[in-house]
Amino acid sequence: MTSAAALPYVASPPKRDRQRTIERIAGVGFAFPAFLLLLLTNVVPLLVLLYLSFTDFKLGALDMHFLGLDNFRKALADPVFRRSLANTFVYVAIVLPGSVGLGLLIAVLLHRRKRTRSFYEVIYFLPVTSTLIAMATVWQFILHPRLGPVNGVLRALGFDAIPFLSEPAYVLPTLAAIGIWQLVGFNMVLFLAGLSAIPRDLYEAAEVDGCRSGIDRFLTITWPLLGPTTMFVIVTTSITAFKVFDTVAVMTRGGPMGSSEVLLYAIYLEGYQYFHMGYAAALTLIFLAFVLLFSIAQTFVLERRVHY
Amino acid sequence: MASVTLQSIGKSFGGTPVLSDISLDVADGEFLTLVGASGCGKSTLIRIIAGLEPQSTGSVLIDGVPVDHLRPHERQVAMVFQSYALYPHMKVFANIALPLVMSRLRMVERLPLLRLLSPRRRRVMAGIADEVHAVAKQLQIERLLDRRPSQLSGGQRQRVALGRAMVRQPAAFLMDEPLSNLDAKLRVHMRSELAELHARIGTTFIYVTHDQVEAMTMSDRVAMMDNGVILQLGSPGDLYARPANVRVAQFIGTPAINLLPAKASAQGFVELFGHELPVRAGRSPGTALTVGIRPETLVPRPAGALRPGTHALIGRIRRSENLGAGRILYVDLASPAGGSVTVATGNESDAAPLDTGDLALLFAPTACHVFDADGQRVDDADTIAAATGGARARALT
Repeated sequence: MTSAAALPYVASPPKRDRQRTIERIAGVGFAFPAFLLLLLTNVVPLLVLLYLSFTDFKLGALDMHFLGLDNFRKALADPVFRRSLANTFVYVAIVLPGSVGLGLLIAVLLHRRKRTRSFYEVIYFLPVTSTLIAMATVWQFILHPRLGPVNGVLRALGFDAIPFLSEPAYVLPTLAAIGIWQLVGFNMVLFLAGLSAIPRDLYEAAEVDGCRSGIDRFLTITWPLLGPTTMFVIVTTSITAFKVFDTVAVMTRGGPMGSSEVLLYAIYLEGYQYFHMGYAAALTLIFLAFVLLFSIAQTFVLERRVHY
Repeated sequence: MASVTLQSIGKSFGGTPVLSDISLDVADGEFLTLVGASGCGKSTLIRIIAGLEPQSTGSVLIDGVPVDHLRPHERQVAMVFQSYALYPHMKVFANIALPLVMSRLRMVERLPLLRLLSPRRRRVMAGIADEVHAVAKQLQIERLLDRRPSQLSGGQRQRVALGRAMVRQPAAFLMDEPLSNLDAKLRVHMRSELAELHARIGTTFIYVTHDQVEAMTMSDRVAMMDNGVILQLGSPGDLYARPANVRVAQFIGTPAINLLPAKASAQGFVELFGHELPVRAGRSPGTALTVGIRPETLVPRPAGALRPGTHALIGRIRRSENLGAGRILYVDLASPAGGSVTVATGNESDAAPLDTGDLALLFAPTACHVFDADGQRVDDADTIAAATGGARARALT
């Protein structure tokens, strides 16, 4: 009867199986509401979008036809779309380094301040809280060739007035500058949070070890340890910049001569001005593909390098 | 290697004084420990020596030269932090090498990309690598040079922090509670390792701790601090045997010293629980005094068997703790005033019968530490007197 001792152990698996089934059902039950929400708000709209992008659906039309990949083919050949894509990239290329670099600089300068810190924080953060549509009107006035104070100052200094928003060569950099103005505060707050997470001990150790100047400290401690923060800021900034729309819609409407046409504005025109919903859906998918690329870049390429 | 001198250092944070008039001479090669409860100012003091905190008054001298105007790295001191403060993004090698890189390479040679242009850099880095390896070998962390701090255990991080301090061959090591983040076993081990390291390299060590055992075991001299002043400076043996202040007596020694209320008798002796001890009070009659008796100097015996000339406290065991090698007895005194004392005793086989019934705790009057109302030690010159006072047995209850 030596095997008797092993009996309870042999008998237990069925019981454990039942336990596991119950746990599984409970798990699915808990996850279900979230899954349903995700399905209704993300997955289904995406699938509808995908379907629409294969059709010639027009807003208000009673019937539509399946076109296959025609919309995508058309998009790649469409000079308007290609121009808006290129413009968007130029915009991102200015806004990304501008707002990340400035945000970091301001955060580093503010971090050590004690009394005035919150004052400056509020000032730099104000543009983030303001509605860009409303602020765009203000910017339009500020940059107005005849009435605006910027050109007023330029004229007073003896320069020619600059047609910021009506000269094709200037319009994208001008919009980018406004984009930077709006994003700097947000990036600054993120960097400030990252900075306060760096232990003070490290700066003191660095000081004892011979980091003399602020540049030494920045290169030895601050910059490497801000790696994860910087990564996050870069990704969020590039996605935000890629979605530029309000300033273009309010201030330039893609002009002059399409020089400020950007991706989201092109989609808006196709969908809600020309009612080419199918085509707009295809463009939206292309737009999403780029956003996805930025996110993937974060997860795979850069995150591996900044974590320690 | 150098001596460190503090001349009446004072420090206050926004009107709150944390250090007042600290003067201290640390000899070349000495191991000096600053010990005290948290908030006593010991960490502030070591940070002032390091140059991380400016003092409000006074002066710091290293090798007789004032260094008050010098930045931390110019003072040629190395610091080991409580958190170790290792650079988390650098490998162990780079962590240890950093002080040398900072002092031997020019700014341009340290910048990313630009540094590739310097032919000198390679030569210097090779020299640095040799020194880092030599230090790593001493600390037995050669195999860890390629790891990041997050991949190391507490003890290994501690060694890396030591390595980073050693590699510069500093004039003095400053250590701010370096062992307090280690578990108890490792702490005991690192304690002896640090003491051996000090013996081997012979550099001046200034060591901050709140752990009196660390202070007692490693140091040449101990400075006991409280409320921003040094209460007593002396050898570990001194602090234990002749505490200058009741707070020193309380802090040094485990279990903590027993403090009993007493007063100066009309005859000028110490009166404990209404009985005179053959110890001179040195204060005017009636003055309140405190008598300190170390738990390990109390000898428990069954009551009633007192020989003439002995002194004892009478009480009953409330609780006893067996530590294996010895026992700690918590004894409620039979005096009308109540109170209790702690007794540390060996674990002899005859200890068991003590557990019940009245207990006499024998003590030698010479083992009594007498403190006045301000906590100052009543000097031995007064107290050693007439140790022959009591010819008959005195059971103090």
